[in-house]
Amino acid sequence: MSAADEEKVEVVIVGAGLAGLSTAYVLAQAGVDTVIVERGDYPGAKNVTGGRIYMHPLRHYLPGLWEDAPLERHVTRETLTMMAEDSSTSVTLDSARFREKPYHSYTILRSKFDRWFGDKVMEAGGFVLPKYRADDLIMEDGKVAGIIMGEEDEIRADVVVAADGVLSLMAEKAGLRQAQQPKHFAVSAKEVIELPPEAIEERFNLGAGEGAAQLFFGALTEGMLGGGFLYTNIDSISLGLVVGIESVMEREPKIEVHELIEDFKARPEIRNLIADGETVEYSAHVIPEGGVNAMPRLASDGILVVGEAAGFGLNMLLTVRGMEFAVASGVMAAETIKRAREKGDYSAASLSHYEDLVRESFVLKDLHTFRNVLSTLENPRLFNYYPQAVCDIFETLMWIDENPKPKISSTVIREGISKFLNWSTMKDVVGMLRI
Amino acid sequence: MNIETKLGLDVFKIDTEPHIIINQEICGACEEKFCLYVCPGKLYSINRETGDMEVECSGCLECGTCMIACVHGALDWNYARGGFGVQFRFG
Repeated sequence: MSAADEEKVEVVIVGAGLAGLSTAYVLAQAGVDTVIVERGDYPGAKNVTGGRIYMHPLRHYLPGLWEDAPLERHVTRETLTMMAEDSSTSVTLDSARFREKPYHSYTILRSKFDRWFGDKVMEAGGFVLPKYRADDLIMEDGKVAGIIMGEEDEIRADVVVAADGVLSLMAEKAGLRQAQQPKHFAVSAKEVIELPPEAIEERFNLGAGEGAAQLFFGALTEGMLGGGFLYTNIDSISLGLVVGIESVMEREPKIEVHELIEDFKARPEIRNLIADGETVEYSAHVIPEGGVNAMPRLASDGILVVGEAAGFGLNMLLTVRGMEFAVASGVMAAETIKRAREKGDYSAASLSHYEDLVRESFVLKDLHTFRNVLSTLENPRLFNYYPQAVCDIFETLMWIDENPKPKISSTVIREGISKFLNWSTMKDVVGMLRI
Repeated sequence: MNIETKLGLDVFKIDTEPHIIINQEICGACEEKFCLYVCPGKLYSINRETGDMEVECSGCLECGTCMIACVHGALDWNYARGGFGVQFRFG
């Protein structure tokens, strides 16, 4: 594209992440003239995940795509770990169901995956334009009519799909969302640490191709709302943590986010798992945590908002999800656009069909079901008191010294009463019923 | 491993222009200086001589945390220009 270039296509998508690429893939296969602009050097260059992706929703929305997808390990072991100051307690699930095909979930690295997906979109006839940052929308009679990149480059289109991620500057330009509030977002920092596959399989007790997924909460976030994660890739480990931005801002005394990950790596539970590993990348990402309480409008004249740009990210405590929502919403946006194209009607009324599809799907249903997670997580006892209490009880049970040991039931009842029979815990239990 | 070394592991295509502009007047009136704590790259610092707030855009991971945390509106924030900035090789 040269300076002062103008082009007209049917659909222009801003952002070649999972939502944008999914929209483009479906449209390209249907023969719709589609361009997708990406500010990175290649799709995936500006994307990060924890991460792990759940396959059943994806197979439903994009059947047939996944056989030769470059995914990492299929997860066969799930662990939840509560961390106290000097101890931790874990619950690990190993299940035969995780070893049955088609596999439940895979660990994933976005740079590799998105690049492959971008190639698939090109094969289907979509046009991926890397190294172009969309800077503004073209507005005509109050309708979105295209995008502007840099000073002069324009792409005019019947409809713009804002797939530009959690900060969605395009949704803001279209007047569809409010300014971001710190309490609705978390910052995540992550390291990719290389290790030979055999070492990973030995340390995590895995068969070839099998993977482990582990989530942590408690002392690692120093009283702030958040948690940690560890995923085994083919020949690396993704290790990182997430912390609520408002939590960081309100903590006294202040802690610098980047320091948390070094302390986490130094924990005895972690350091031997990554010993002799080579850190090859350090990355960061903002995650939407506001759910339905922070959602922008999803459609207007000539524009649809998909993926993280639409606030589709969910902390479900036992896991954090976003990628399946991105793919599903991208597919639903594409179906909406195909329908609008048949009628030649790209108005807000026509495009609001997308909102109906999203509302009826697992995307909005899950966001609605788990809408109280964030307010429940704002309870600091979850991050200091409960992990410590659970670890203390377990330690008391496991400790043997020269004194006679009481019955197990006596210990559990005595410790349980002393730690959990109080008003704060009662209130917390009631609060947990909301999630 | 310190944060500077970690950032040094990543690929950055460095632009001549910064993509985050700080309004020193608004920034100077801010007491909390949230940016110093929330940035996962430790890119914000106060210049000891001038007292100005500075941000090292060449090491920016483009997450947007500072934009969200700066509730006083001192940041004119954007992603790096197309073709510049961090390029994740793993993600």
